[in-house]
Amino acid sequence: MSESQPLLATVKVAKSYGPVVALREVEFAVRRGEVHALLGANGAGKSTLVKILAGVHTADAGTVHVDGRAMQFHDPVDAMAVGIATVFQDPALIPDLTVRQNLQLSEIKDSAFTHWLEWFDLQALDLDALVRDLPLETLRVVDLARALARDPQVLLLDEITAALTADQAERVFALLTDWRKQGRAAVLITHRLAEVRRICDRATILRDGRNVALFEPNSAATVANGSVTGTMQDVDEHELVEAMLGADVGELEKSDAPEQTSQRQSDSPTSSQEIAFAVQGLNSGDAVREISFELHRGEILGLVALEGQGQERLFSLLSGDRQPSDGEILVDGGQRRWRAPYDAVGDGVVLIPGDRLLTLLPNLSVRQNLVVPLFSRIRQWLRIPADERQRVMNAIDRLSIDTRAASQVRRLSGGNQQKVAIGRWLVAGFRTLLCFDPTRGIDVQTKREIYALLRELAASGAAILLYTSELAEIPLVCDRVLIMHDGRIVDEQNAALATEASLLTAAHGLEVPA
Amino acid sequence: MIQSNSPPKTDSATAEPGGPVARVAALASDYPTLALTGILAILVLVTGLVEPNYLSISGARNTLLQAAPLGILAGAQTILMLTGGIDLSVTMVATGSAYVAANQSSEGAAVAILLGIVVGLVVGSANGVGVAVFRVNPLIMTLAMSGILLGLFTAWAQTILQGSTQMGPFIKLIGGGSFLGNRIPYSVVVWALIAVGLIWLLKRTGWGRLLYAIGDNEIAVRLAGVRVWQVRITAYIVAGVLGSISGILLGGRTGAVDLQLANAFLLPSVAAAVIGGTSIFGGVGGYTGTILGALILSVLNSMLTFLNVGQAIQQVVYGTIVLALAWGYAGLTRRA
Repeated sequence: MSESQPLLATVKVAKSYGPVVALREVEFAVRRGEVHALLGANGAGKSTLVKILAGVHTADAGTVHVDGRAMQFHDPVDAMAVGIATVFQDPALIPDLTVRQNLQLSEIKDSAFTHWLEWFDLQALDLDALVRDLPLETLRVVDLARALARDPQVLLLDEITAALTADQAERVFALLTDWRKQGRAAVLITHRLAEVRRICDRATILRDGRNVALFEPNSAATVANGSVTGTMQDVDEHELVEAMLGADVGELEKSDAPEQTSQRQSDSPTSSQEIAFAVQGLNSGDAVREISFELHRGEILGLVALEGQGQERLFSLLSGDRQPSDGEILVDGGQRRWRAPYDAVGDGVVLIPGDRLLTLLPNLSVRQNLVVPLFSRIRQWLRIPADERQRVMNAIDRLSIDTRAASQVRRLSGGNQQKVAIGRWLVAGFRTLLCFDPTRGIDVQTKREIYALLRELAASGAAILLYTSELAEIPLVCDRVLIMHDGRIVDEQNAALATEASLLTAAHGLEVPA
Repeated sequence: MIQSNSPPKTDSATAEPGGPVARVAALASDYPTLALTGILAILVLVTGLVEPNYLSISGARNTLLQAAPLGILAGAQTILMLTGGIDLSVTMVATGSAYVAANQSSEGAAVAILLGIVVGLVVGSANGVGVAVFRVNPLIMTLAMSGILLGLFTAWAQTILQGSTQMGPFIKLIGGGSFLGNRIPYSVVVWALIAVGLIWLLKRTGWGRLLYAIGDNEIAVRLAGVRVWQVRITAYIVAGVLGSISGILLGGRTGAVDLQLANAFLLPSVAAAVIGGTSIFGGVGGYTGTILGALILSVLNSMLTFLNVGQAIQQVVYGTIVLALAWGYAGLTRRA
């Protein structure tokens, strides 16, 4: 094949999940002998693109080309057959089998695999250990060694360094350098921009399912020299962040922004000085480190983080689902030791989880979904409140839940399911609401309704902590915003003044220019 | 069954045109209770053909006498199956309770019955703690419990429970006697009271709401602030007590107890709930269907007895029909 031909490329690849468009006409090309960074904010479509390249998903439209030939991948085996190996964020290993049995399943030779294990200094690994007994870092290396043992032409690495030790990450970089010399290629998805500068040759930026920018500093020279370090080193990290943002303000129309912001400023006394909820020095393993903040009554406090920065763990600590290894949770000034969500709910602190599978009763009716918290105490077991029906109707009205398919919640649309998840706390009542990405993957109309509802709830005295992956919407909804990176709160911004640029910059652990 | 008063609009009703078979099937899937009642009526008529005397008050009384202990045991299974659990020790609880009640018959009916029920309370609590707190799989927990109970009662029959294996007169009357000119069995009245209580619990209490909710998505219920273990333990305790009551009625009917008393009821107790439309995976079902399931199995039993085909053939036919009914019902509800 000619040198100019990209090793791996997509032409106008599009993919939707139901009504949610993940990719629109993405053009992406990886040359021989390069390490290519694939960058973008949460939900930009990076993982979807990798899954299409790996043969896990099939594109709705467009084609994947390998060495200039259009390919039709029906499953991951097809992609592997043409030399594409992938290491996903979650190790693709079967937990109840041993490492060796997993290898046998994927028809990998032990010798090739152990060669790569040695490369990563893991020769001591017991191949007969059950996968479920091994720590995540080890599994990521096992997964990587397995991918390498296939002797692929292109390696797709989704956030590979996030779970590795610094030493192991160094070895991955050394490997990629060799890789480049051999004329192979690698695609690196990462939130660590320093890594991109250090080892990548080019970077493609995705935003809202489109490839919006391609960074290729003096590319011709690189390929010819086969230089040891990547050529991205001269690129300013802030430039990358700006490219991830693009120009538009997100799905809520721009014209809404000033109006709503000013309206909110006139409401600003809703945030009182009374501290409803606070945490001090909260720790949980490496995921959550020394987190402290105060949440006022009537306030919506935003939380922004890239994927995998410990926000899930933080919410499970705040809702009583897990116990912190260290630190204090205070409700109305009093210290609390929660052993289960039962205790947190008893203190009026309630959670709307990000994953609707964690919150819905899929085969039961809207009504049965909404009333569950009414019966959390044993003394509430032997009756049904006389106003149960009324409360349910009120919540359905207030959220305007479409009840045409009300007999089974699984038949509702995603937006309506999310409303049901919120509605149960309208029925039961609460004082502090922990809201995890409530608008992810739902339509614009429902988003507006949910944000309006959150503002109303705050105005009536609730304290709300809102994690959202939709940065554009922070100024519209929140009063203040915290930024979390690598388990820590690294910045706090006035939400009205926060921009996508300032938020995303801080979320990458970078200094926000004044 | 939860929403049975308003029939769900199903695709099957509109998608399949024409034929009477298709229309009956569509009707049956919209009204599962109606379908079960139809099957029950057909079985009664067929049994009447086999043995004309069956279509009489005494025939009905005998069927109900059989159905009452089964229906109560199946109630225990229904409650647990709604949560995604099951109780394979419920027939040993029944046997043990009857054994204790017979042993204490000299102390009077009240003491005998109460001590019998204590067996269900204790075993139900142990099952509940095992399943809910120590997270033992319900099949394993209750199967092991059943084995332990058989061992204990076998040993105790020679020692602390030595003595009477005859029920007292009051329990015999309740378990096997009838009133209104020998027409209505007392045990059916007990069953009816329990049925009203169970339907009330499942439909009109928060505890009932939680049973369905846990069976559908336990994690969601936990995050809603419920202590799921409390619900599970109480469900196993209620199941244990129902097992005890059933065993005492059964012992009263036979008059004398032995350690095989309720053995034969284990499969039917689960089958009655499944035929009645309660899902073994939890979250779906109700007691109304279970009542019909218990009646269907009792009529079936009478029919096979009248056919006089011998014990082995009876067992094979019984098992096959149970399987067919459960499969047929699952097929119907899947279409919906």
